[in-house]
Amino acid sequence: MMNRTIAAIATAVSPSGVGIIRVSGDDAFTVIKRIFKKKSGHFVFENKEIESHVVTHGFIYDDSELIDEVLVLTMKGPHTYTGEDTVEIDCHGGVLVMKKILETVIKYGASPAEPGEFSKRAFLNGKMDLSQAESVIDLINSSNEFARENSLKHLSGVVKDKLSKIRAEILHEIAFIESALDDPEHYSLDTYPQELRKKVELFIKDTNSLLKNADNGRILKEGIKTVIVGKPNVGKSSFLNALIGEDRAIVTDVAGTTRDVLTETITFDGITLNIVDTAGIRDTDDFVEKIGVEKSKEYMKDADLILFLVDATSTFGKEDQEILNLLENKKSIVLLNKIDLGQSLSLEQVMEKVDHKVISISAKEQIGLDDFINEVKQLFFHGEVTFNDEVYITGVRQKQCLISCYQSLTQVLNSIDQGMPEDFFSIDLMNAYTELGNITGESVGEDLVNEIFSKFCMGK
Amino acid sequence: MNVIEEQYDVVVVGAGHAGCEAALACARLGLETIIFTVSVESIAMMPCNPNIGGSSKGHLVKEVDALGGEMGINIDHTFIQSKMLNKSKGPAVHSLRAQADKNEYSKRMRQTLENTEHLTIRQAEVTDLIVEKSSIQGVKTLSGATYYAKAVVLCTGTYLKSRCLYGEVIEHTGPNGLRSANYLSDSLKKNGVEMYRFKTGTPARIDKNSIDFSKMEEQFGDERIVPFSFTTNPDDIQIDQESCWLTYTNEQTHSIIRENLDRSPMFSGVIEGTGPRYCPSIEDKVVRFADKNRHQVFIEPEGNGTNEMYIGGMSSSLPEDVQYDMYHSVPGLEHAKIVRNAYAIEYDCINPNQLLPSLEFKNIHGLFSGGQFNGSSGYEEAACQGLIAGINASRMIQKKDPIILDRSQAYIGVLIDDLVTKESHEPYRMMTSRAEYRLILRQDNADLRLSKIGYEVGLISKERYDWVCYKEKEIAKEIERVTSVTVGAKKEVQALLESLNSTPLKTATSLAELIRRPELNYDVLKSIDVNRPELHPEITEQVNILIKYDGYISRQMKQVKDFKKLENKKLPQNFDYNTIPSLRIEAIQKLNQLQPISIGQASRISGVSPADISVILVYMEQAYRNNKDNKGE
Repeated sequence: MMNRTIAAIATAVSPSGVGIIRVSGDDAFTVIKRIFKKKSGHFVFENKEIESHVVTHGFIYDDSELIDEVLVLTMKGPHTYTGEDTVEIDCHGGVLVMKKILETVIKYGASPAEPGEFSKRAFLNGKMDLSQAESVIDLINSSNEFARENSLKHLSGVVKDKLSKIRAEILHEIAFIESALDDPEHYSLDTYPQELRKKVELFIKDTNSLLKNADNGRILKEGIKTVIVGKPNVGKSSFLNALIGEDRAIVTDVAGTTRDVLTETITFDGITLNIVDTAGIRDTDDFVEKIGVEKSKEYMKDADLILFLVDATSTFGKEDQEILNLLENKKSIVLLNKIDLGQSLSLEQVMEKVDHKVISISAKEQIGLDDFINEVKQLFFHGEVTFNDEVYITGVRQKQCLISCYQSLTQVLNSIDQGMPEDFFSIDLMNAYTELGNITGESVGEDLVNEIFSKFCMGK
Repeated sequence: MNVIEEQYDVVVVGAGHAGCEAALACARLGLETIIFTVSVESIAMMPCNPNIGGSSKGHLVKEVDALGGEMGINIDHTFIQSKMLNKSKGPAVHSLRAQADKNEYSKRMRQTLENTEHLTIRQAEVTDLIVEKSSIQGVKTLSGATYYAKAVVLCTGTYLKSRCLYGEVIEHTGPNGLRSANYLSDSLKKNGVEMYRFKTGTPARIDKNSIDFSKMEEQFGDERIVPFSFTTNPDDIQIDQESCWLTYTNEQTHSIIRENLDRSPMFSGVIEGTGPRYCPSIEDKVVRFADKNRHQVFIEPEGNGTNEMYIGGMSSSLPEDVQYDMYHSVPGLEHAKIVRNAYAIEYDCINPNQLLPSLEFKNIHGLFSGGQFNGSSGYEEAACQGLIAGINASRMIQKKDPIILDRSQAYIGVLIDDLVTKESHEPYRMMTSRAEYRLILRQDNADLRLSKIGYEVGLISKERYDWVCYKEKEIAKEIERVTSVTVGAKKEVQALLESLNSTPLKTATSLAELIRRPELNYDVLKSIDVNRPELHPEITEQVNILIKYDGYISRQMKQVKDFKKLENKKLPQNFDYNTIPSLRIEAIQKLNQLQPISIGQASRISGVSPADISVILVYMEQAYRNNKDNKGE
């Protein structure tokens, strides 16, 4: 546990020019050796003793794929933050590049850092003052809390369902094998390996599709699913454009996430909003359909956050009331737009009508956007987004779990094909089961014993 | 007043499978030991199934043997059939099971106890614990006699406030109509011990002469019998074996049961205790697995000196008349005469979370316990706990550190760690799936794993230990040899491979590579392995297993290394976890209650998260450094 080499994004994820990926542990140098090349394509540290506290220029590669031009700082323990061998990769920033480098580092031998793990190691290795113990403990707790909340929040319902389905099926197979091992005169495994083979192939297929989707960013959603609603011409598109236009926004194009609407992924100060733009819904004469109530309803059901735009130059009318009724208990923010154009509807008037937070903005003049962002932080992170890299590393950790699950399942197939005894299958199946549980933060506990006893009849 | 007062080193309460091991261990280590039983005739009695071993339980017996316990030797002398289960599966799950001659088993164990120096057998009911300043002083019996001791080991099995039930009949007895012990529970409670109420059950015994075996499938023992004890010479135990018989329940059986469910004390709510899910009564099976139209029934002899047959698979607490109808509906049992009714038994046991991994009570110094009293079930589970409790009681008196086996060393370690760490609300049974490192914890290498400890404790001889050390060296040497010796694609090699349906060689390869092929093994390669030394089969067996499953085994070895690191990080005892800032409340409660001995144990407590563990690590490091600073000043 303490020996793993760990990696994480060390800087806050922001659009600022540089991002740092930090790798710490016994294998930190081994990992960088495998992915760090010169322009010529030769490995930078091939046949070369790595020097301490030296900066080297080069390129990060995943095999033949160039990821980014970087500066690599290599530091030998114990004169490092954690006291261990440490590598810091200074890259060009940007969410995607940082994530990709982190994933590459993990692919080549590091593990995603646990919440607060760098500081924990620094402390345990005597690199921190005694007085800092409590702040380290706080850090562990708060980032863990954050990770725990987010690991679930950032998983779409479909993925969660799929995960628990595969997981339940795997558990059932393990329980069957174990029941047969426990009570061999009762349960026979004679033709079982070939049956299991077919099932494992399906598990692998499912795991693979989850993995592919993780790559597309479709599934591990890593953001707050946001829907903008409001009557026509209230300024939904201009608000979206204003957000995109904010110079600190990082916009990722994930076109085609759903068929008929555009999703914009926008990151501010470490908070990612996946905004479904319902503006694209076709117009009809029917008002209800015009504002896309039916469609919106669907999106709103799934959404983590609803942004309800109200026109400050008009009155709070019947249409607004209808939309308001749809908000129900969802996390919502009411935005009173166009306050630059002679206000006829005041903030107070709107506040009287709604239970949600109301913010005055002007999409056109970029007024009130800060208030809006702060409110999102308030709503989702209780005002603190200190550990924003957790969002990213949570995604990376989850992906790593899927990869490990996939590897364990493949090992089951190998074992079946090599004619290994059945008891070996359940060892790898159990690993796969555990890894899938790690994605949603479920520990194994007494799951297996419970499954055996509830599904298989045992005993004298 | 004329009351008896005696002084011993160790008092053992109960002479079942746990008590016998505990008493023998203490006496053999030179401590004056007295063992109490409510009936001398019931020493090492098997009140339920007539067999020892089976999946994962066989492992426990082998481990008990490797540590110097008696169970393995005792069954090797008294079995009437033997079978290695799971032989077609991997070596980790091979499990030995022997049918016992119950009377002989009990008799031989009794004689062993009687002939052990420093050991006194006493028939009496222990009613009170004498505790002073949280330290055990001795026990009192029903007559008022006092037995002072430095350590007490409680192995009361199912006798505490026990009652046996079938139908509306409630008998306030222990198993088999033996008297129950009705006072000790109260004494335990008075001393702050938390008690549970568990239940289990046993099927009827039927007269062999009333059974029609022609309607059943005969179940034979193995052709070549493998002993439990590493000290038993296999050639000495190749006996003529008795058979068991297999038959099945049917829809008629099930409808008889269903129609009378309301008369079962289990379903009417008379029974309060929690029963084991792995050992359900036949009425439980019929209710819970309603879609199954038949269940297996194993008819097993209780011994050579009796006609009684054990009806495995049909334990019950239904009324007597329903039992008759139910058994009679099973093919071959149409005219069965019941000798003893099936019954359920309820008894007091403790919440084992109150114990240290040494099996000593956390709050009562010198008080140890083992077996069903600790919330486990099964003879083998009992025996191994009794052995460990006995060893550690002795070591406490001798002022030595307790023997604590961890989860990577033995099934015994898994069992005890589960008992003292995890929450359980049913009698605990060993299963191979509970052992996360089971490829290492094989029954074939129990001696290699544990003899060193058995020798250091003083329960196995130097001669026996030397043999294990020799074996170990030879195994390593031979593995090295077969890894380095290569064979070329010579004619005789190809011919041998072909005859074994194995792909011929294209290039030279090591013997080890060939052994790894699923269709080959160490033994079949003899003819092409010209320089093979003459080695004991125990050695070549290990070589074969270690090479064949090398990939998996070394993976588990790596996991064990990580595991050991956390086990070796010790935690203070009687520590108030409230003093660690920002631990979650649930974690604080669990940690305060359990007082884990290591970070490893703490991490297995349900309700303690990985983040909590990190917090504890940081806090402990802080405390350690503070302490160092203070000392420096």
